Amino acid sequence: MNVTVSAHKSRWRFSKTAIRQNVLGYLWISPWLIGFAIFIFGPMIASIGFSFTNYRIINETRWIGLENYTYAFFEDDLFWPSLAITFYFMLVSVPLGLLGSLLLALLLNQRLRGESIFRTFYFLPSLTPAAAAAILWVWILHPEAGLVNYLLSLIGIDGPTWLGSTKWALPSIIMITLWTGIGGGRMIIFLAGLQSVPQELYESAEIDGAGSWAKFRSITIPMISPAVFFNMILGIIAALQVFTTAYITTRGGPGRATWFFALHIYTNAFEYFDMGYASALAIVLFFILLIFTIIQLRLSDRWVYYAAG
Amino acid sequence: MSQADDAMTLRGSVGVQSKTPLFWRILWRTLAYLVTGIFAIVFMLPFFWTVSSAFKSVAELYIFPPTWFPETWQPQNFVTIWQVVPFAQWAWNSSVVAVLNIVAEVMAATAVAYGFSRFQFVGRNVLFVVLLSTMMLPIYVTIIPRFLIFKTLGWIDTLAPLVVPAFFGGSAFNIFLLRQFFMTIPRDFDEAAYVDGASSFTIFTSIILPLSKPALSTVAIFSFLASWNNFIEPLIFLNTAQNFTLPLGLTWFRVVPMDTGAPRDHLLMAASVTFTMPAVILFFVAQRYFVSGIVMSGLKG
Repeated sequence: MNVTVSAHKSRWRFSKTAIRQNVLGYLWISPWLIGFAIFIFGPMIASIGFSFTNYRIINETRWIGLENYTYAFFEDDLFWPSLAITFYFMLVSVPLGLLGSLLLALLLNQRLRGESIFRTFYFLPSLTPAAAAAILWVWILHPEAGLVNYLLSLIGIDGPTWLGSTKWALPSIIMITLWTGIGGGRMIIFLAGLQSVPQELYESAEIDGAGSWAKFRSITIPMISPAVFFNMILGIIAALQVFTTAYITTRGGPGRATWFFALHIYTNAFEYFDMGYASALAIVLFFILLIFTIIQLRLSDRWVYYAAG
Repeated sequence: MSQADDAMTLRGSVGVQSKTPLFWRILWRTLAYLVTGIFAIVFMLPFFWTVSSAFKSVAELYIFPPTWFPETWQPQNFVTIWQVVPFAQWAWNSSVVAVLNIVAEVMAATAVAYGFSRFQFVGRNVLFVVLLSTMMLPIYVTIIPRFLIFKTLGWIDTLAPLVVPAFFGGSAFNIFLLRQFFMTIPRDFDEAAYVDGASSFTIFTSIILPLSKPALSTVAIFSFLASWNNFIEPLIFLNTAQNFTLPLGLTWFRVVPMDTGAPRDHLLMAASVTFTMPAVILFFVAQRYFVSGIVMSGLKG
């Protein structure tokens, strides 16, 4: 425990111990510090810089000020649609994902027989590499030979072309994302949260005559709200950056129906090599994420309950 | 939803009389089993279908109605994939990257976590918050300049860009996890060693590391998974098919026609199964490290 009394502090700061602690501390974290400077901070500054230029690698780069940004907001036909697609995806998949993971955690918390087998089954999809999952699902959603349409045909429904349909492509990607996402780490976090709720709370509620719904609403939900918050933030961050699934299954189609913002950035950067513009898009994404995170942190005071101890 | 209530009554809460009559308890239990089972089917059915398709012949792939089990088993699909595409090369590339990542990340992340957890230095808390916030940084903000750095170094189309960053601590998540774990190791051990004249390095290797085996295993596992499954970075940094890692290779295989242009979904399925196997095996072998690692990071402090 490092207890520093303020009056003592100035003398303590230059003591041999303090110097030693500082030198060694920085020495030990130096790999990260160096890596941070080279691979994170430096590139971030560079990206900001690029976003104000028309850098295309092979051209004469010049400063163009906010032109990239005005192009994005007012002239790029794909900018707003791709934001809309990404937001729609987030607004649907994050709540469904949270509910799904929570439901699975609740089920696993019931101490049913075969619990560990079920937990394995639930966890496996999340272990599947995104690329493999995408390839797998393209096959399963195949209009003629696929599992889904076959099952639908058994109950008399003529299934759509899923990933080939402008109407169903985005829901298909949502479906794939949920399949790989709800049974994994998020579920485990909820499970841990559920299991850390003190039994006494439930017992005293029962003594007071509380019914099961009241117990769930007034005890369980508040007590796991930190886990909900954690999963929600991670979920939103991930949802706004969706790339791999979309790239492999649809490449943004059909007809730009699944043109996620991340795809837009990638295409501009590594297919058109318009690095300046792509950097501007990336900065826009960064700010969107930043604003979302700050809003959530602020709001969290209202509804997240941190049990003391 | 009275799942919580059910859990209470069935944990044998001593001394508390449950108000739920037997009939409802049985009903809820049955419902729970039903829902649990349905989800299990939903999750496993795609896997089953994939494995089943992997063993089918081309002719059998597209017949309607499709068969659940292959009429003629074609295990040779799993052999063919090694012949028609550079599967061995891809697997080798992925493995090399994964192993190097594991080694590098374990070394670097433990060192950095040691620094954050055991030393008081100016700006420690600020830097730690910075570390955590990098977890929220969209990869796209840094990837373009990183691509240019590697291009200047001539490392594009090699495996270097996928490996080198790991030596600098790798993922912030691993550092965070280890730091939390180290903080549970009593400082008395450190202090006793200091009194005996040990250096911080000795303490690190002789005290901290041996006590941290569970956490190290977890970091190794996460590091392996992140590297094995990584798609975006290989996509951006690798160009020629020979140099691809598995996820990239499989995607390429899907869209690039073979000589005959014949359908190859059965091969793709076989390849996907093979590709996923290591992660699955790892899970079965090291389940509790998965769970404990996630739990350690999710619960605050």
